[in-house]
Amino acid sequence: MTVGRSASAFLNRAPRLRLGLLLSAPMLWLGLAYLGALAALFVTAFWHADPFTGKVITDWTADNFKTLVTDSVYRTITFRTVAIAAGVTVIDAIIAFPMAFYMAKIASPRARRVLVIAVLTPLWASYLVKAYSWRTMLSGNGVLHWLLDPLGLDTPGYGLTATVITLSYLWLPYMILPIYAGLERLPDSLVDASGDLGARPARTFRSVVLPLTFPAIVAGSIFTFSLTLGDYITVKIVGGTSQMLGNVVFDNIGAANNLPFAATVATVPVVIMLLYLAAVRRTGALENL
Amino acid sequence: MKKYPLALALFGALVLTAACGTESGDSGGGGGDKPGAQGFTPPDLKALDKLGEPEGELSVLAWPGYAEDGSNDPKIDWVTPFEKETGCQVSVKTFGTSDESLSLMKAGGYDVVSASGDASLRLVASGDVEPVNTDLVPNYADVFDYLKDKSWNSVDGVEYGIPHGWGANVLSYRGDVVKPAPTSWSAVFDPESQYQGKITAYDSPIYIADAALYLMKHQPDLGIKNPYALDDKQFQAAVDLLKKQNPMISEYWSDYLKESQALKNGDTVLGTAWQVTVNLTKSEGSPVDSVLPSEGATGWSDTWMVATKSQHKTCAYKWLDYIVSPKANAQVAEYFGEAPANEKACAMTTDKSHCDTYHAADADYASKIWYWTTPIAQCIDGRTDVKCKDYGEWTRAWTEIKG
Repeated sequence: MTVGRSASAFLNRAPRLRLGLLLSAPMLWLGLAYLGALAALFVTAFWHADPFTGKVITDWTADNFKTLVTDSVYRTITFRTVAIAAGVTVIDAIIAFPMAFYMAKIASPRARRVLVIAVLTPLWASYLVKAYSWRTMLSGNGVLHWLLDPLGLDTPGYGLTATVITLSYLWLPYMILPIYAGLERLPDSLVDASGDLGARPARTFRSVVLPLTFPAIVAGSIFTFSLTLGDYITVKIVGGTSQMLGNVVFDNIGAANNLPFAATVATVPVVIMLLYLAAVRRTGALENL
Repeated sequence: MKKYPLALALFGALVLTAACGTESGDSGGGGGDKPGAQGFTPPDLKALDKLGEPEGELSVLAWPGYAEDGSNDPKIDWVTPFEKETGCQVSVKTFGTSDESLSLMKAGGYDVVSASGDASLRLVASGDVEPVNTDLVPNYADVFDYLKDKSWNSVDGVEYGIPHGWGANVLSYRGDVVKPAPTSWSAVFDPESQYQGKITAYDSPIYIADAALYLMKHQPDLGIKNPYALDDKQFQAAVDLLKKQNPMISEYWSDYLKESQALKNGDTVLGTAWQVTVNLTKSEGSPVDSVLPSEGATGWSDTWMVATKSQHKTCAYKWLDYIVSPKANAQVAEYFGEAPANEKACAMTTDKSHCDTYHAADADYASKIWYWTTPIAQCIDGRTDVKCKDYGEWTRAWTEIKG
């Protein structure tokens, strides 16, 4: 009792130590589990594997990076992955903005609560269930075919389009929620003032709403972009023959037993994300989060 | 926050150094013990000399359909009788490709594995499996002689496993769509195929051998003698053929259930499959059939092996003995659609002609199937004047084929 009391008294007198003790566990976690893993990944990327037994040989070589840079197939896959990620992000932003705007500015408080729950519910369902549902729907005799056939259209079938559709569906809540939060913080008075000064709705949107909610859109885009960048399951389920960076990583771990090369490929999304964050930071969006 | 660009610059610099820095001469050169045709030295491991008390637990790593416990179909269950008989509680993990089995074995935690020829020797070489004392497996005596002491289950006369069964990768097709019924692999390789976009292929580098087998018969001037021993020119021809095939593929499969679903829905109407996939799809009412094409086929000859690090070796041996016992072997062979390894299994199958259908006793027929084998730099067809493409290069080419 007295020990506890004197310790607490001591900590009360030393706020810095108190803070240090409080933060040390999470900092250790962050350092070891995240940064440590990244460092291990980067180190492994310079090793290589015995092609016959799959054993990792810890000689230093840059061959993996050379293959990655010189083999055109990896460039193609990287571009494809980035293009899919960008496409998913843009589609999600376009769909999410009006929804978030309605939720934040137009809906009654009661409807707002219901809508927030409705946006969140899909996150409770398993990723795989949703991806496989899309597989069934996109199938040659699935529900999409049935719906589109009378219009003279057809389901896109399995492939890149199907991948973009499915991923856009999967990550949409991650885009809606930040934009909704951003719009909620936008005072109605600003929109009214813009109208009072004679701006048409389009002008208000362009000059007031969009600049003020841009950081929120960027926050959402970080989610959709990075989640897509690392995905490999959806493309396996609905992507037909296409492969993304995640598949190359997966194939090298799960199939080829080439852990070092998988690590090398895995650095690509890390670099892309760092570049993306750096670009985002230039827009000043990160400060306003 | 201001430190951020610095960190980025550092990272970028590291990547750049990595990309253009050190030159190391020969690529992919592994450890010292390069395997030849049996030319590698396996780690010195001893087989078990006698059985102890069953440990009560067994972790099985198996091809789908090899260790059924009734969870897929209540009528298909040979694991439960084993559990009752030996008291070893079995947990089963399945895999879709040999490479997957290899990486799971490396991760550890499994006691026995059903390894195909393109995995078995690699497991032996890496020391992940140990020799098997066949005296402790009474049913080994009834295994067909032509399956014993083969290059994929033994090294220098030391047995590393118990033969399980073998079969061919068949050409499956939707009988209601594909007319006339295909008789040749050209159905999946011909660029003029009318089933474009509805063809499937196996998602593993080992599928390159299927293309090589096709070229072996259709372009004899390439001089391919063994689809697993390909020199530069032959390999390039096979890869080119697969690259041409890629746009016609609806999807590659490694999960046999996914393939079955695609066949059922008609998203796939034609392509390589295991007989078990065809049987399963058929049993769900879909008009799927299979044929062994005129060119012959690649196939598998599987071996049950014991993990070196297994903590349940008595249970493991009990499983080895049980799974090749006439009854269980017959059940697996019929369910999976392959030839059983145990001679006496032929009398126990529900379909009495099963062994004839799958040519189980026909050593001559068995020798015509090109069993999955790991391609290595030393050509396994006996050529010494050229270097063949090793599996590392097959893997890289496979990524390229899928593009």
